[in-house]
Amino acid sequence: MGLNLIVLVKQVPDTQNITGEAMKEDGTVNRAALPAIFNPDDLHALEAALEVKEAIPGTKVHVLTMGPPSAAQVLKESLYRGADFTALISDRKFAGADTLATSYALKCAIEKIGTYDIVFCGRQAIDGDTAQVGPQTAEKLGINQITNVSSIEKVDPKKKELVAKRSIEGGFEIVKASFPLLLTVNDEEYVPRPPSVIKMMSYKNAGVGGDESAYDESYLNSAGTERNKDIISLWDIAAIHARVESCGLAGSPTKVKKIESVILKSEDIKMIENTGEAIADMVHELIADHTLG
Amino acid sequence: MSSKNSVMVFIQQDDGTVSDVSIELLSKARDLATQLRTEVTGVLIGDAVKAEAAGLVPYGVDEIFVIEDKRLKNYTPVPYTKVMVEMIKKHEPQIVLYGATTTGRDLGPRIASNLKVGLTADCTDLQIGDYSFKDSEYKDILYQIRPAFGGNIIATIVAPEKKPQMATVREGVMKVGSPQPGYKGKITPVTFSFSDADFPSEIIKRIREEKLVDLKGSQIIVSGGIGVGSKENFALIYELAHTLGGEVGASRAAVDAGFISKDHQVGQTGTTVRPKLYIACGISGAIQHRAGMSESARIIAINTDNEAPIFQIAHYGIVGDLNDVIPKFIKAFKAKE
Repeated sequence: MGLNLIVLVKQVPDTQNITGEAMKEDGTVNRAALPAIFNPDDLHALEAALEVKEAIPGTKVHVLTMGPPSAAQVLKESLYRGADFTALISDRKFAGADTLATSYALKCAIEKIGTYDIVFCGRQAIDGDTAQVGPQTAEKLGINQITNVSSIEKVDPKKKELVAKRSIEGGFEIVKASFPLLLTVNDEEYVPRPPSVIKMMSYKNAGVGGDESAYDESYLNSAGTERNKDIISLWDIAAIHARVESCGLAGSPTKVKKIESVILKSEDIKMIENTGEAIADMVHELIADHTLG
Repeated sequence: MSSKNSVMVFIQQDDGTVSDVSIELLSKARDLATQLRTEVTGVLIGDAVKAEAAGLVPYGVDEIFVIEDKRLKNYTPVPYTKVMVEMIKKHEPQIVLYGATTTGRDLGPRIASNLKVGLTADCTDLQIGDYSFKDSEYKDILYQIRPAFGGNIIATIVAPEKKPQMATVREGVMKVGSPQPGYKGKITPVTFSFSDADFPSEIIKRIREEKLVDLKGSQIIVSGGIGVGSKENFALIYELAHTLGGEVGASRAAVDAGFISKDHQVGQTGTTVRPKLYIACGISGAIQHRAGMSESARIIAINTDNEAPIFQIAHYGIVGDLNDVIPKFIKAFKAKE
């Protein structure tokens, strides 16, 4: 008996590799110039799910993302790697969601899928670095969680439980927990597989929604059939039965009061020549002001 | 029974010892509570941890609630969430703070989700101020200040409409206050009844070693980056650190390259430091690294690339090969006597 796995992924601006072109003249980052990528930790989460799928016959991997229509790209990339079903949760009413409102929408989407054993998330997203959406979603679903998982040691589909290794400060824990369960996966052990060329060929024209079958409820009960395999479902606020007042800006208790760009500007830097004498002068200066002693 | 509207701190313990970040947070909570003319409360959860509470009161803590059970010895999310949610509902604090540790970042979001309140992650500063939004004016709101977008922006977040306002706070950024030995605070044991269903996680094994590297406690840090070139070459970084009486740090790139262990990593995903002197050797200065060391009182940058961003925040810059510069540095320091 296979398992039902759900992976939550996010498309993010690439904040890790900011090149000169993305810097404005005033030293701030031009966010529009950053490429949109598959959040790195989410690729590790997807890999963890795909490895469970390979180990347990009959297992299905559902990938969900919330975002604008362009976020469908990360769903395609999930299909290229071996996901079975994908859905884009997208609606203007989700705009401005903080982590609480996001976790509410994801909870509604997960409940639309129905039965599941394990929900996988990346440990955190590189645009906000909050690591909050996973645990918030688990609490809304009323299920247990293991965060910061580096590897899954054992999955027992009969007993419906697993053993995972999670990183903690200065060491690790080996934790056993039953399904349903949410895991957040870090970047320590799982090496994301590259996209499969064969799958890329077959899914390259996969579109969002595509036809009526996007809302075809048989999607929910037909895990295992091949019928909709090349469809990226589009779920709006009505499709996931979410309350408007709990979504987007309206459902977000946190507000951004102020944003300040970190400006890279030269302070009064003293350039020291690379000579024994100049370096000795600097050392004496630091001793004199008690920095060194 | 303590008054409502306190500033509450989740007091984290590991293996029965209160974590440093909790003491930092109690100190900050004292500052905030004084500004808000309210009390500081703490919640300490564990097995046989009550004795730890007395040592915390002198940081200006008015009441510490202690919840003890054998099964609470190590942190697991479900029972700890249950305890904190009930304590918050009963005592109605206006602010709740957690360390942005693996534990705090596992627990805080569950509580926020349960109570449907805001939570700001990994704050590096907290302030009190006013906030106006549309036609509403809010007094004495918690400004939750954090880096975002990979450290490229600093955002001030508020959650004015719901109580409590909650934040996880990065380790090492809040200063520990001076303890006042005579401070009067209560220690209140609280009884909870748990069922087996409250403990769905079983910790089979837990391995935790005290960090051998004390970056936070060091006044001088000599850090190496990818420019050091190899594990063997880090010997030179160690030699300079040893000569100056400092600790060895590293950039993430050096850690990822396998030159040195992660315990030494300074930066957004490592340790945040603010020593008297930070010497960056062969570190280009990615924003994620700068986020963890830019508050250092003095920064010396040694790099072969005169355009490296690290020079933009350094007080002293030396353009040159660290293999050439560091021996000169050591020689000059040894010659001081």
